[in-house]
Amino acid sequence: MAGHVAARRGYGHTAERAHLTEPRYVRWLLTAVSLVFLSLFLLLPLITVFTEAFAKGWVAYKDAILEPDALSALWLTLVAAAIAVPANLVFGVCAGWAIAKFDFPGKSVLTTLIDLPFAVSPVIAGMVFLLLFGRQGYLGPWLAAHDIKVVFAVPAIVLATVFVSFPFVAREIIPVMAASGTQEEEAARVLGATGLQTFLRVTLPNIKWGLLYGIILCNARAMGEFGAVSVVSGKIRGQTNTLPLHVEVLYGEYMTQAAFAVASLLAFLALITLVVKTIVERRLGAVREDAVVTEVAA
Amino acid sequence: MSILLRAGSPGSHAFTRADFALDSDAVRPRVAPGSPRRAAADLWHDSARMGIEVSHVSKKFGSFVALDNVSFTVQQGELLALLGPSGSGKTTLLRIIAGLERPDSGTVLFDGDDATRRDPRDRGVGFVFQHYALFRHMTVHENVAFGLRVRPRAQRPSDAEIRGRVKELLGLVQLDYLGDRYPSELSGGQRQRVALARALAVQPKVLLLDEPFGALDAKVRQDLRRWLRRLHAEIHLTSVFVTHDQEEALELANRVVVMNDGRIEQDGTPDEVLEHPATPFVVNFIGNVNIFHGRVQDGRAQLGPIAVAYPEHPHAEAREASGYARPHELDITREEDGGGLWAVITDVRAAGAVVKIEAGDEEGRLIQVELGREQYESLRAIVGERIYVKPRRVRVFMDPQEARPTP
Repeated sequence: MAGHVAARRGYGHTAERAHLTEPRYVRWLLTAVSLVFLSLFLLLPLITVFTEAFAKGWVAYKDAILEPDALSALWLTLVAAAIAVPANLVFGVCAGWAIAKFDFPGKSVLTTLIDLPFAVSPVIAGMVFLLLFGRQGYLGPWLAAHDIKVVFAVPAIVLATVFVSFPFVAREIIPVMAASGTQEEEAARVLGATGLQTFLRVTLPNIKWGLLYGIILCNARAMGEFGAVSVVSGKIRGQTNTLPLHVEVLYGEYMTQAAFAVASLLAFLALITLVVKTIVERRLGAVREDAVVTEVAA
Repeated sequence: MSILLRAGSPGSHAFTRADFALDSDAVRPRVAPGSPRRAAADLWHDSARMGIEVSHVSKKFGSFVALDNVSFTVQQGELLALLGPSGSGKTTLLRIIAGLERPDSGTVLFDGDDATRRDPRDRGVGFVFQHYALFRHMTVHENVAFGLRVRPRAQRPSDAEIRGRVKELLGLVQLDYLGDRYPSELSGGQRQRVALARALAVQPKVLLLDEPFGALDAKVRQDLRRWLRRLHAEIHLTSVFVTHDQEEALELANRVVVMNDGRIEQDGTPDEVLEHPATPFVVNFIGNVNIFHGRVQDGRAQLGPIAVAYPEHPHAEAREASGYARPHELDITREEDGGGLWAVITDVRAAGAVVKIEAGDEEGRLIQVELGREQYESLRAIVGERIYVKPRRVRVFMDPQEARPTP
């Protein structure tokens, strides 16, 4: 930690310590490589999305976006995210709390399991849901008997979205919670706070920036997910297509401009997410540094 | 190291200023907490004190025995120290009194009522944590106000009352000018005082302090210690503090409970613990001590050339034993007059009112002697000189017998 802060300190004084850093051409080369890489793989695609989207003018763009199927896809994407994010928020806080503040048997198993969606290909996750809830799946006959439709319908899309986006909140708040320990909570208890008061007044303010960061990442993943959702959705236009799926359908039908127009919506959501994320990160960095100073001073 | 890190973080000006405050704290005794008399009188009434009775408490963490059948009482208005090395169970005991841990067995009585299973929030205790545990996202003012703000609506004072009380308490710990600061902007000693004010804000019936001065530097520690003693003299709040520092315990407490390996070794006044230690552990743990090995038989202890009466063992069977004498309980003579231990002086430290002399006996074992300055002036012993060491007083304890399998 000391190293991290010390490095930050050195950042503003590169010129004064020129003799300590790499030669000029090495620095120049490193910067150039990363810039070229960034423009080639990140900036260029982004520009392409927007140029293609507006290739046939503003009216065509508006038509592509306001087309009923596109709107329905947008709606479904928002619904899936609106369910997945709060669900993972609750789960993430519970799991984070349990892992950071208690010792219990199976703790390491839980820690590993949380990362499972990172490790497993989303397509496989989708297949698992098919196997569980599909017509030929384990629960299929029971679901059919009770007239509940999961696969190729909204429930499966939500399930798949929850699955792929679930590690983000927990991952972000576990280190924050572990770093803050349990002493402040104990102090609150002794001072007469109830469990809820302790959580709202002590725990939550300490983790809020980490929590927000987790929510942003979780939301980005939930909206952008393709693989798992693609397997379970059945791709029924206007019913079970999310935005990413709708883009693929349009592109498959050679409606390039429309595809890019819809894609630009997703790109927009991503850009907004990035901006918010940067702001939160800055706050989070400041909070963590405070914690470092507190620790060191203590 | 800490200065480098603070300077390194952006926007650290506030911290630097706080550091100045700490420095002046250490230099000027004025800022170090002064008399708490005025504010304290308004905050406490004699009825608001509590006696604590801990009886037969045991606690295990996994296979580690933290407390083994511990019993003791804290009288109303007492300032009691739990003294012991780390791992002796003293902090666990404090946390059990606060309700932050549940004992495996045994009971904790508050004024005669069983409080063993009572929730910490209903115990009326104030707890000061070793690392302060201040709420870092709240200002000093809000930290102190916390205990009042979380009360059920019916018992909660009005905002104006809360503000007034917090001001009073911050005045008591002489930090009223820091109410708007955040904990990260305070020095260690200031944080400790905020933690104290926060604990006192809820008018606890007992104050529990876990290594309260452990993380502070020597000068600040001295000031805070003096201040805490005065505060206690003013309000007589029943207080228990945990420490591994024997000097702190002896200087501050009315009564000292010495702990080791989850058990109580001795429970007595500082004077009793120092002058009449109950076990070899207590002699060893509290203060420097010289150990002389030997045996006891027929009511006498023979420790090398030193012979003393030992009526506790009148039997003919000889037992291994050790004698303990503190450095100031030893005399040095030039002539052998019987019962003295032969030694050669290896070091003399003549600074201050007490002259510290180190000597080695014939087997090279270190003997520490402390003489008053006058005594030393008349003796004038020098390094390399051969002298005789004679204890004025020896405490003899039989060595624990090794457990032999019974045939």
